[in-house]
Amino acid sequence: MTARPDVSGYFGKYGGKFVPETLMPALAELENAYADALADTAFQKQFDRLCKDYIGRPTPLYYAAQLSKKAGGATILLKREDLAHTGAHKINNALGQGLLAKRMGKTRIIAETGAGQHGVAAATVCAMLGLECVVYMGSEDIKRQAPNVVRMKLMNAEVRPVNSGSKTLKDAINEAIRDWVSNVQNTHYSLGSVVGPHPYPMIVRDFQAIIGREARAQVMSAYKKLPDYLVACVGGGSNSIGLFHPFYNDKDVKFIGVEAGGKGLKTGKHAATLATGKVGVLHGTKSYLMEDEHGQIMETHSISAGLDYPGVGPEHSFYKDSGRATYVTVDDNQALEGFKLLCHTEGIIPALESSHAIYYAVKMAKDLSKDKIIIVNLSGRGDKDLGIVTQALGMEA
Amino acid sequence: MSAITSVFQPGRKALIAYVTAGYPDAKATVKIAAALAEGGCDIIELGIPFSDPMADGATIQKASYQALQKGITPEVCLKIAATIRETITTPMVFMTYYNPILNYGLEAFCQSCVKAGVDGLIVPDLPPEEGLELEKVTHKNNLDLIYLLAPTSTNERISTVAARSRGFIYLVSLTGVTGARNSLSPELKGFVKRVRAKTDLPLCVGFGISKIEHAMETAALADGVIIGSKLIELIEQDESLTTLKSFITSVRQALNTQKKTGEV
Repeated sequence: MTARPDVSGYFGKYGGKFVPETLMPALAELENAYADALADTAFQKQFDRLCKDYIGRPTPLYYAAQLSKKAGGATILLKREDLAHTGAHKINNALGQGLLAKRMGKTRIIAETGAGQHGVAAATVCAMLGLECVVYMGSEDIKRQAPNVVRMKLMNAEVRPVNSGSKTLKDAINEAIRDWVSNVQNTHYSLGSVVGPHPYPMIVRDFQAIIGREARAQVMSAYKKLPDYLVACVGGGSNSIGLFHPFYNDKDVKFIGVEAGGKGLKTGKHAATLATGKVGVLHGTKSYLMEDEHGQIMETHSISAGLDYPGVGPEHSFYKDSGRATYVTVDDNQALEGFKLLCHTEGIIPALESSHAIYYAVKMAKDLSKDKIIIVNLSGRGDKDLGIVTQALGMEA
Repeated sequence: MSAITSVFQPGRKALIAYVTAGYPDAKATVKIAAALAEGGCDIIELGIPFSDPMADGATIQKASYQALQKGITPEVCLKIAATIRETITTPMVFMTYYNPILNYGLEAFCQSCVKAGVDGLIVPDLPPEEGLELEKVTHKNNLDLIYLLAPTSTNERISTVAARSRGFIYLVSLTGVTGARNSLSPELKGFVKRVRAKTDLPLCVGFGISKIEHAMETAALADGVIIGSKLIELIEQDESLTTLKSFITSVRQALNTQKKTGEV
């Protein structure tokens, strides 16, 4: 594996800790607690056991025969994170951080959520571990992801609506950071993606890397070879880093990150940070971000709340500059097409986030031969999106 | 001695006033600065609004948001500062988050600050670990980069900041975000003592200070008092600025009754 990030929390020139002084000791505490946990076999055993018995890991690597046939080219395999408990990959990280919080003696967890998947995962883990849970969610996202709000409340989490700025994920993170600054003594901030100040991009990546480790073993076992391409959607970038990272040294395996093209790059209403952004500092990390000419963070748009974020994890910025990964965009309509296609061909309802990756994988599979293998991270299931999809497709219930 | 350090004289407690530049509008900020100077303010802290002010509470968030809606940019803030500088000599510092500075370009921004008559910078999301680059550029341009410390800061971090902060050290009075509070944090006294033991730099305390009694209590511990959100509230309540001016004048008078600097 790689030695990144370095001791200062940098992936090349990206990363770091750009936070108020109040939080600096908490970040150091978290870094130390994480290092201790890594060295503690009892912690690792507990995490592994809960991954298996609670989350239901390993998730299958499924040969999507009909989807592959429809695409008419490469073999498409789906890493079924949609089958993980709570219906998305977010639970892997939420579980890891919940156990870390316990270990640090914290009694309260705060989390931000966009699509609601990380909020649900955090609420779930808190219920199981007996921790108090407060989830910050943009009021715009509360509207479009109502089922997840109900799920969080059922598990006794308090959902606090955020009405500032664009009322989406970015603002929910601001509010979670403000809460953390105010309650840092007893509170752990369970950050849901590979963003934020060091050590979050590293910790979240490590907890999500179980996706790639499993996929690597599964594809080797079934096909006796490595895949040719890994395809995953990128908002903050946790499911994609989770899949990519364990393949980092397999230089022939190509990484493709799919960003949200929203209503099209030309309209400005999108969330394609790596495709169009500049380097700056947001939410404690130096990375690509979407800003205006004066350095103000821009409001983004995507049909999928989970990709609707103007920043991206620093490790992705590093992958982009070094060429290790390629980043492409898929717009709202194409994502909907990917969504429908997977429903029709495989009987699987994907999350709108993952639908971006599905669409791109099918598009590229067409031009490849059958012996080429594409692994797509099916990062979540789409039940939460039925309202949006029904509306977008003009369907009647 | 910089314009900022020269403020700290024996027998005088510094009064530092924060207002968001461009709130309620650019012209008003110039008038506000004049009122603050006249009321006896020693340093004027102008906030350059940022879209994602993560260290700020509701009052400054709202002021920043409204200023941005009116098209206030770092460029406009520099013009506001330059206009203020035409009529008053009070030292000025900019308070802003790192991204707008990075976007402007560190060197270009610092040079523009100097031209506009700004004497220092406070960047709440730039801890010393990340501040080396900006430190170099500010020092080259004779600007003071003022670092912050918080009650959670370890003794090791206090030593680092003491060695690297210029002008003064900004002590965050409480574990939290900016905004008026009813009372001072009980941890403040011990915190100031911990920092005082490690440095002779002037110590100024901000966050949550909203009453004359708070200012008095704080001044008994430290060298200066920083008031922000409370002033924004007063500007909102009375745009004629009469209330603002009389509040600042009373704080100044109260501070003048304080004993010499450093006496705890």
